[in-house]
Order: sequence, then structure tokens, then C-alpha cells
Amino acid sequence: MNKTQNNKAWLLVLPVFLLVAFSAIIPLMTVVNYSVQDIFDQNSAYFVGAEWYREVLLDPRLHDSLLRQFGFSGAVLLIEIPLGILVALMMPTRGVMASLSLILLAIPLLIPWNVVGTIWQIFGRADIGLFGWALNNLGVDYNYAANPTDAWFTVLLMDVWHWTSLVALLCYSGLRAIPEAFYQAARIDRASKWAIFRFIQLPRLKSVLIIGVLLRFMDSFMIYTEPFVLTGGGPGNSTTFLSQTLTQMAIGQFDLGPAAAFSLVYFLIVLLVSWLFFTTITHLDNRK
Amino acid sequence: MAEIQLRSLAHSYSKEPKGREDYAIRRMNHIWEQGGAYALLGPSGCGKSTLLNIISGLLSPSEGEVLFDGVKVNDIDTRDRNIAQVFQFPVVYDSMSVFDNLAFPLRNQNVSEIKVRKKVNEVAEILELEDLLKRKARNLTADEKQKVSMGRGLVRDDVSAILFDEPLTVIDPHLKWKLRRKLKQIHEQFNITMVYVTHDQLEASTFADKIAVMYEGQVVQFGTPRELFEKPAHTFVGYFIGSPGMNLIDVQRSERGVCFDGFELPLNEDLAKQLSSLESDNIKVGIRPEFICMQEQPVEGALPCDINHIEDLGTHKVLTLQLGNQVLKAIVGEDYEPDGLPLYACFPEQWLKLYVDEYLVEVQGSEQ
Amino acid sequence: MPMTKTKTLGITLYILFVLTPIYWLLNMSFKTNEEITGDLSFWPKEFTFDNYMVIFTDPSWYMGYFNSMTYVALNVVITLMVALPAAYAFSRYKFLGDKQMFFWLLTNRMAPPAVFLLPFFQLYSSVGLFDTHIAVALAHCLFNVPLAVWILEGFMSGVPKEIDETAYIDGYSFPRFFVRIFLPMIRSGIGVSAFFAFMFSWVELLLARTLTSVEAKPIAAIMTRTIGATGVDWGVLAAAGVLTILPGLLVIWFVRNHVAKGFALGRV
Repeated sequence: MNKTQNNKAWLLVLPVFLLVAFSAIIPLMTVVNYSVQDIFDQNSAYFVGAEWYREVLLDPRLHDSLLRQFGFSGAVLLIEIPLGILVALMMPTRGVMASLSLILLAIPLLIPWNVVGTIWQIFGRADIGLFGWALNNLGVDYNYAANPTDAWFTVLLMDVWHWTSLVALLCYSGLRAIPEAFYQAARIDRASKWAIFRFIQLPRLKSVLIIGVLLRFMDSFMIYTEPFVLTGGGPGNSTTFLSQTLTQMAIGQFDLGPAAAFSLVYFLIVLLVSWLFFTTITHLDNRK
Repeated sequence: MAEIQLRSLAHSYSKEPKGREDYAIRRMNHIWEQGGAYALLGPSGCGKSTLLNIISGLLSPSEGEVLFDGVKVNDIDTRDRNIAQVFQFPVVYDSMSVFDNLAFPLRNQNVSEIKVRKKVNEVAEILELEDLLKRKARNLTADEKQKVSMGRGLVRDDVSAILFDEPLTVIDPHLKWKLRRKLKQIHEQFNITMVYVTHDQLEASTFADKIAVMYEGQVVQFGTPRELFEKPAHTFVGYFIGSPGMNLIDVQRSERGVCFDGFELPLNEDLAKQLSSLESDNIKVGIRPEFICMQEQPVEGALPCDINHIEDLGTHKVLTLQLGNQVLKAIVGEDYEPDGLPLYACFPEQWLKLYVDEYLVEVQGSEQ
Repeated sequence: MPMTKTKTLGITLYILFVLTPIYWLLNMSFKTNEEITGDLSFWPKEFTFDNYMVIFTDPSWYMGYFNSMTYVALNVVITLMVALPAAYAFSRYKFLGDKQMFFWLLTNRMAPPAVFLLPFFQLYSSVGLFDTHIAVALAHCLFNVPLAVWILEGFMSGVPKEIDETAYIDGYSFPRFFVRIFLPMIRSGIGVSAFFAFMFSWVELLLARTLTSVEAKPIAAIMTRTIGATGVDWGVLAAAGVLTILPGLLVIWFVRNHVAKGFALGRV
């Protein structure tokens, strides 16, 4: 659409700007401020320059949780994106069943995150939860509270349960937007199911998949509440992801300076990786 | 390649059709012979596209059978009917290049890449797409896209038939003519059955050897362009073919034939006999404007009339005649000049057609 | 066709996977604590509403729901009120710094809430908004407004500009045109923006908990109370959990017909 130049449009954007600025810029400035000072109490603080940044960038505890975080987000994307596409392809296309499956699939998205944690905390326990009980009865020695591997996989399974629906609903709406004529032409051209998926459906899912990948990356990278409720980050540090490390630092140990410095590094990582995803996916297709 | 036969075919889009008007296709039989170039002509909404989609299997008919070379294909999926179809609005796979688009139907059948390249280049040359082969299909103009769509139909030379659903709607007029010639050439070269849907009689008659005229869900006449013109089997064909269409006059039975507004048109004995055996009162006579001859003398059988209006079209003139309460059109030569004297219109017997319940009444066994 | 059967089977299995943990919660919410901690059973042997009664009779419980609903509703209203005009500006006009502004808005969706916890607490305390519903609603705007602007901008760009121009020629004033003609045309977009705003505000806990203590405490935070000296009150916890799912169900029911169109964010 060709837009007209009109600086008065700022008036329409102003409320958004003020509102978001209030909640974003002031706290961000506070964080920047903390990150370059050593704070003992409310009245005494010393300027320390890049000291905290040096410290957090060398902190092995943070390296570990950053690695865990990338491992987790990677696993989340590798499972949820293909599974979400698959679920969308299997969903009924019209009628009551379409509405019904849509509503049922959306349920996990609308459950408060700590309740998601609670549901899986209960569900996975061997004594009172169906999942833990079933696994143990099948002879699998499963205990997410004691075994780090079990805990990690439980958090992953919980995330798949929680968020695959988002990818599925995005893809479902993308699929519905493909005109029937394309399927007809493909049948005339004797395309196999796979060819239809590869050459007609997938290319047309591109824009919703970009949104899906970005949202899933950002949110899985910032995950906090669900594992906190489920495992409290344990056993050991096996499910302590970045957000939790950060809150422990800031609130638990009151290491405000390093926590702030680390917060900014964290924010930059999310920004950078999101930008990388976005540019690679959009450019991948326009290369030819 | 195949002969396509439709046997007591009917289709309704509603699940429980109540009356005639719920049917998009009304019970009909039809045969497209192998290797013919056919046009399916009719106004929009008459069921042309529905019929094509039933042949290709995109729709399954509510009643009746579709046979390819005598084999029933109702339950065979579109994919396996091996039919090519070009739609009215271009469908291109926009993430692929033009080359990949054209190669798609071949690659789906695992044709070797060497042959794919050969066929694609061949078709690209026919459709003048050579320079665009490397371009992304999404960046093409509407008529380029339609050429790609058509190309996908033409790359497969083993198809049972190619169906065209008003393929030239979005194409430039000068290119239209060229593409129609191309299609005709391809038809002659490969001897593939082609069915071409259109609402344009000119397009139909330049492309096809035989035209099926469709009206309200049925093929009302199937014949050469000349047959459609000279002997319309249905009042709709008379009205739809020709410009202006056939003059149709509501008439009543009379002693010697039929009459209207106090004029009597005598019928020959055979036709009168034929008419008397039918009960309906829905009787019409039709005559093409081209066949009305104007007389200045009250000769035998000529009816007195006035000229309301003259349109000079350059190659001929169209007269609007007032004959009693009827308004008729007549076509006369460019040099015709009425001189204000009383005029008489004459309906030559061999061109005067009799329709009962909209269908032509013919003398059985007679050849015209 | 066998393909359809495979599909139906697949989707049924996946939906079962989604529903089983929820069923388990529901099942537990109707059990007594003795039954929960006793032998595992697939449905309640002694069906009881006691767990729900605990919640419905104790103000400190049900006020939690009231608090959550209040700030979520406030958030949805504020989000739409500010995002609609802004999205219109982005979809129709070029102005100084428009692209940078749009990008900056989106980056806020990428800020880990954990990063901002403490500054948020300090900021809202210093302006006297701590422990109020409006504080949580405003804080949630940080990530809901950018998303709403983005979604709405997509929908609005799908409406041809000629519509605006025709309306002006017909003598509509801008506000009247906007409310009477423009908004009804992007109904799906508004529905889905509201859905997303509801969703992210309803499910978020970290900020909501940090910005409240008593007066505006969200239900999700109150749930931690069930862990008392005598161990966990599983039945009440489960009942409280079930009750947090219901508002979401209601909302998805209302937007179900817009989802197919709206989730594509108007951009497909």
C-alpha cells in the first residue's frame, strides 16, 4: 500500500509510545544504571564501569545455564514446529469437528503458566499422577524430582504439551488461507501428497511459521514459571534456565549489579537470535 | 487419449435436491470422441464448469456415469484419470520458478530430467515463455501466469484429454487470437481430445470442430458451427448463436399452419401433421435475421411491415421491423436503401423453423 | 479413504495427549485428599464438591479470581484503546521514525520479564501504584500492546485505502468513519487481538505476583497457599487449577470462528 507522508500520525501513536515507554524505558534505564554500579544499600552505590559485565561474561554458572537454555530452546523448536505442522495437517477442515478440535487444542494456551507447572507436577508423580504411575508400572524407573534427565525431559514434554497447539493453530489458519484452486490444480498435475505438502502447503505456511518460530524461540528462551513450579530448577541445576538463574541472582542473593548486567546481555541475545531467525528465513526464499 | 462418455449424468450441489432448479447438471448423455477439438458453449451459470470438473474428477456427480474408453471412472481419483485442465483464473505455484512450474506435472510422474527439459523447452517455445523460465512465478503478470497454467496442461502429451475452462479470460485480445491458433496447432500435432469451455461463440467456432451448446444444465445441441447456425435444435441455440440472434415468434395453431397477430404462416403437410400430433400450446417459429428477405411488392406469402430503425454496421445493415405486434430483426446488404414505400417481409420456407416446447420440430426422415 | 482415517486417528491421539493431564486435574478436584494420596483411581470413588466449596466460601480465594479478571479485563481494554489508533497510523501513513518505532515496539515483546522484575517493582512503588489492578494491567501492556499493534496493522493493511477516501467524500468525520465503517471491517482482527491480550495477561504470573501483595493478588499466586505445614492440599489445588481453565475456555468459545482467519494475523 502506498502510504502518505503525514507527521500528524504521531498523535495516533503517542498513547502507545507513552504507555510502552513508561513500562519499558524507565525500567530499562534502571537496569542499565544498576549494571554499572556496586550497590550496598539504597544510599551507597559506586560506579564500577564494565566490571559486572566482565564478571558475568566469565561466570561459569551463567555459561552452563546459557548452554542449557540453548539446548532446551533448540529441542523445543525441533519438536514443536514439525509436530505443530503435522497436527495442523491432521485437523478436520470444516464442520463441528473443526471447531471442536480447535477449542480443545487451544486449552493449554489459556492455562496460567504456574497451573501448567502444577498440572505436570501432579501428572508426573509416581504416587498420585497418572503419567508417573503408568511409567513406573511399565517398569520405567522414572522420577522427575530425583533424576536430572527425567526432570529435563519432563520439562520438555510439558512445553511440547503447552505450546505445540500455538504452532498448530497458526499453521491451521495458514492452511485454511490456501485457495481450493491450488489443490485442484495439484490433483490435475498428479501431485503426490508429499509434493502437495512440499511445493504448495509449506511455501504458503512461511509467514505463519516465521511468527511461530519467533514466538516459540522467544518464549522458550524466557521460560521461568513452568519449570520453577515443576522442579524448582532441580534436581541439581538440570532445569535451571536463564530466567531462573537471573532471579536467583537479583532477588535471592541481591547481587543487583551482576544481575542487571546479565539481564542486558540476556535481552541482547534474544534480540540478536530473533533477528537472525527473521532475516535468514525471509532471505532464504528471496535468494533466487 | 480417450473417448469420454457421459451416461445419464446429473449433478446437484445440494444434498437433497428438491426440484429441477436444484440441479446444476440435468440428466444428460453425451460423447466426446477421441481426438476431437470441442467447444462447450453457454452463458455463465449454465453448468459448463461443473461439467468439466465432473469429467476431470474434481467433482463427483450425484447421478450417472463418466466413462473413459468405455471404462467407468466415477471412483477413480483425478490424479489417476490422467487429465489436464486449465482453469479460468491462473493457478501458478508461486514459490517455484516458471521452469519448475512447467516441469511439475512431469516430475510428479517421475519422467527423466532429460525428457523434462526437452518437453518444458518445447512448451515454453510454443507459449513464448522461453525468456521467463528462470523467473519466480509469483512475479509474473496475469497473462504470463495464465500461459504458465496452460503450459502445465500441455507438457503432458500422454493425457486422456485437455480441458480448458475459459482459459483466455484474463488474456490480452491480440494474444488471445494467437493462443487460440497455438491450441489448434497443438491439437493437430498431438491429436489429443480437447474440450474448451467458453461463453464466446466466436472463440468456440474458431477453436472447435464441433460445439456443444449448454443451457440450464443440459447440452441442447451438439454440432458443427454451421449446423448451429442453420438448424438450431433449441430456441436457446437460435437466440444465443448469431448476432443478432434468431427471431422467435409465439404462434397459435391455425387451419393451414400457425398464426400470430392475424397473420397466417402456412406449414407444409409433413410439418403440419407433425404438429398436430403434439399437444403443447407452447409453439414458436424462428427465423434468422439473415434469412428474412425484404420485398417491395406483396408477393405470395410476404407480410406487410414497417421499419422502426436501421443500424449501419459497415459490412451490413440491421433492420428493426414492426410486424403486427412483433419486433423482428433483419439483416440486409450494405447498399440496401428503403424508399419509404410499403414493405413486405418474406420468410423462405426452408429457413422457417418450428419449435414446440422450445425444441425444434423436424419432419422425420427429411434431410435439409 | 484410508488417508482420512489415519488423519482422524492422529488428531484424536494428539487431542487425547492434550486432554489427559487436564482430565487428571479435573478427576483429582472431585476427590478427597485421602483418596488422592491413597490408591490411584481413574475417577472419583467418593465424588465431592468440598474442594470447590473451600474456594467459593473463602474470600481470600475467590477474590483472587476477581483480581485476576479485573486486571485482565483492564488490560484488554487499554490494549485495544491505544493499539487501534496506532495501528491505523502505521498502516496508513509514513511519518518520522515510523519503522524504528514499530521495531522498538516489537523488541519489547522480546524482553525477558525476569529482567524487569525489580525495576518494575521500584517504579510502580514510587508512583504509588503497587498492589493495584491497574499496575498489573499497565505492566502487561508492555508485551500485549506491541503484539496488538502488529496484528491490527496487518488486518488494517488488508482494507483498501479507497474505503477511507470514499467515506471522507461521503462526508464522514474521521472518528465517525473509524467507529462506524472501519472497525466493523476488521472485526476478526480485533477479536484475535483481544484474544491474545487476554491470553498473555491471564497466563502471566511473574509480573503479576511481583506487583501485588494483598489487594490485587492474582489467583495463580494464591494457589501456592495450598502448600501448608501439613503438606499439600492437593484437592483444593486441583480445584483452583480447574477454575483457572474455565475463563480461557469461555474466551476461545467466543473467538472460535475468527481463529482460522485471525491467527494468520491477516498476513498470509
